[in-house]
This record gives sequence, structure tokens and C-alpha cells, in this order.
Amino acid sequence: MTGRTIVRSTAVLVALAPWLLVAGTYAAGGESLGALVHVADTRHLGGFNLYFANLYNVNRVLFTALSVGMTGAMGLGLGLVMDVVVGAIGLDLSKREAKE
Amino acid sequence: MFDWFYVTLPISGVPINALLLILLGVAVGVLGGFFGMGGAWMVTPALNIFGFPMPFAVGTDLCHMAGKSIISTRRHAKFGNVDMKLGLTMLAFDVVGIECGARLVMLLERLGLAGPVIRWVYVALLFLIAWLVFYDYFKERAIRRRAALGLAPATPALQWHVALHKIKLRPVLRFNVAQVECSMWLPAAVGFIVGVLAGFLGIGGGLLMMPALVYLIGVPTFVAVGTDLFTVMLSGFYGAATYSMKGRVEILAVVLMLIGAAPGAQIGTIATKYIRGYGIRLIFAITVTCAMVSVILKQLGYNTAAAWMVMAAVSVITGIVVVGMVRGAMRELAAHKEVGA
Repeated sequence: MTGRTIVRSTAVLVALAPWLLVAGTYAAGGESLGALVHVADTRHLGGFNLYFANLYNVNRVLFTALSVGMTGAMGLGLGLVMDVVVGAIGLDLSKREAKE
Repeated sequence: MFDWFYVTLPISGVPINALLLILLGVAVGVLGGFFGMGGAWMVTPALNIFGFPMPFAVGTDLCHMAGKSIISTRRHAKFGNVDMKLGLTMLAFDVVGIECGARLVMLLERLGLAGPVIRWVYVALLFLIAWLVFYDYFKERAIRRRAALGLAPATPALQWHVALHKIKLRPVLRFNVAQVECSMWLPAAVGFIVGVLAGFLGIGGGLLMMPALVYLIGVPTFVAVGTDLFTVMLSGFYGAATYSMKGRVEILAVVLMLIGAAPGAQIGTIATKYIRGYGIRLIFAITVTCAMVSVILKQLGYNTAAAWMVMAAVSVITGIVVVGMVRGAMRELAAHKEVGA
């Protein structure tokens, strides 16, 4: 076996290695054992916290939709607000020179 | 005095100081904006040190990174040069990887091993980041020293992508924007591995994807930046969704950290205009090392020492960047006034 063949075989094995892990990983997280059930304690909560904790306990799909939607909306909204604030201060972020 | 800021998080029931979460968000934003790497590597360990169960720390970090990636992407105004075909190829496998990573976390939780296993993986990751930054710093110094002595530059490093492109495992795809032709399994493997680590550790993945795109796939840097942003943002939202479905996201903590991260990201970005030199990278590497030590302290049961260490480390480097930014901004505004007068 030539050196080149060994190098190529090793490279192919390295490239394929992750795929060999897929089946095992999915099997490891499969349905047989069932996830630990966590229930939010709503006894001392109010307002926003109570709403989200109840949603978490009762409707996980809606909780997910709201969490993801709120995260995206906050990212977008806060980004916009900060752009306005920086512009109002008078700093120009559009012109930057490479310093390194 | 700060008792007023204590809140009990609604899902996990963890009592925590809201200011601490906002400050952590600011630090992540500043470091992400300044160094260009997300900063999620400090959030999961810090949340765990502050009392979050590890799966909640990972899920909350991933969800917060999804929101922060929108702020980062907005700063770039648009995705820039995105190779959509390459991005979508990686995204498909990235998502599978994130799901695998998340399922591994849930399995470890069931076995009661999530905390220690993820902490040790974090120690390895933080060691790797610190080593890479130290290596980069001392390599740059060596190059400058050789240049000062009039010596020829060192021989170029091995080009991994050239060797990897020789593997013509079908289907072989042509990515026109990136001007790369390679086996589909190469970007797929990169996407999958990054996804597993992102789902397992709660990081955005850009930290790993950017160098992989440039060095392993051979994508030009300006295309790599856009493609990385595109892929990480979409996969981040998948990660946020899957952890929310699994019930391991603390939404109030996400909101508080995002409130801090938004101004932090702007400060970090503005600071890149004024802070120069390689010295700051050395401080960054020391910060990462301190974060690594704090994770070890947490694992050994020294919770208070771990909390102080991680907050002190991120506060110092954030303070240095903020002070540099304020000084530079004051100079620029004064110069504007002089021109106007």
C-alpha cells in the first residue's frame, strides 16, 4: 500500500466518521426512556412570569412559538433602537478602517 | 442594596439577581461585537455557576444567541456575500447536528451526568480557544520580529482544503459564489459537527464554522462571513425551538440578557474603531483561561469562588473595551465639533 493510498483512506475515514455517529446519537436520545418531566411552580408568580409558566406547563408548542418569536422580535427591535441611539449620538459606524 | 433586583425565574425556579444577567448580556455583546466571536462560550458556564441546572443553561444560552445573532446580522446591514447553496447544504446537516447535541444533553440529564460532562467538555473547549488565541498572538509577534530583522517570512501552512477537495465522494457540488467544487459531504460534515457542538454546548457555532469554512472548505473570507451569519442565525432559531419544546429555556433570562447584549454589541463594534494592537488579544486569552478555571472550580464545588472569578474576568475585559471605546468616541466627537466650529 502506497503512502498516498494510506493518506487518502485516512482522509475518507475522517470525513465519514461523523456520519457513523449519527445513528448512535439519535438512538441515545430516543423515545425509550422518556424525558425528565419538569413542571414550573406557579404559586408565587404573577404577570408575565405567571403567564409564561402556565403556558410552559399547559401548551409547550405555544410556549415554543412565543419564546422563539419573542427572541427574534427582541433581537430585531433592540438592534433597530440601538442603531437609532448610536446615530443620535453622532457616531458613524459605516466608516471603519482596518487597524491591525 | 441589590436585593431589589433578585427575581425567581418562572420555569426553573432559580433565584437570581437580574442585574447579573443584564451585565452578562452586556459582556457577551461587547466581546461579540469587538472580537467577532459570539461570546456564548462564557454564558453557559456562567449561568451554570449562577445556579441554572446545566440543560437550562445550555437551552437558555442557545435561545439568547439566536436573538443576538439578529442584532449582529443587522449590524452587517445585509448578509453580504452569501453562498446560499453552501449555506443551505450546511444548514440541513447543522440542524441534524443540533438535534443530536440537544438529545445528548437530555440523555445526560436523565443519567444525572449533564453537569459534570458538559463542564469538562467546556474546559476542553475553553482550553482550545485560549491556546489558539495565545498561539495567534505569539505567532504574530514572531512574524513581526522576523520582519524587523529582515528575515524571510516562515513557510506557509499546509492548505487543508486543497487536500480535502481531492476526496471526490459523490455527489460533487459546485458552489458558485464561493468558487469551490467539492464533495457535498465535506460542508455537510462541517455543518453536522458544528451543529452537534452548538446543540450540546449552547454556543452559536460561528466560532467553529468560520475557520472551518475558510481552512477546510476553502471559502474566501468575505463569503465565509456572510454564509456563516446566514447559517448560524437560522440554525440558532432551530436550537431555540428544540430546547423550548424540550422545556429547557428560561425565557425571562433570555429577555434580560438580550436587553444587555443589544447596547453591548454596539459598544463592542464601535470599540473596534478605536482600540488597536494585539495586546487586547492577550487579555482575551487570559479571560478565556479564567473562565476555564472558573468552570473547574464549579466542578470541584467552589461555587462562590467560581462565580467571582467568571464575573471578574468578563468585567475586566469588558471594562477595558468600554473605556477604550468611550475615550475614542470622545475624541471623535471633539474632532467633529472642531470641524463644525
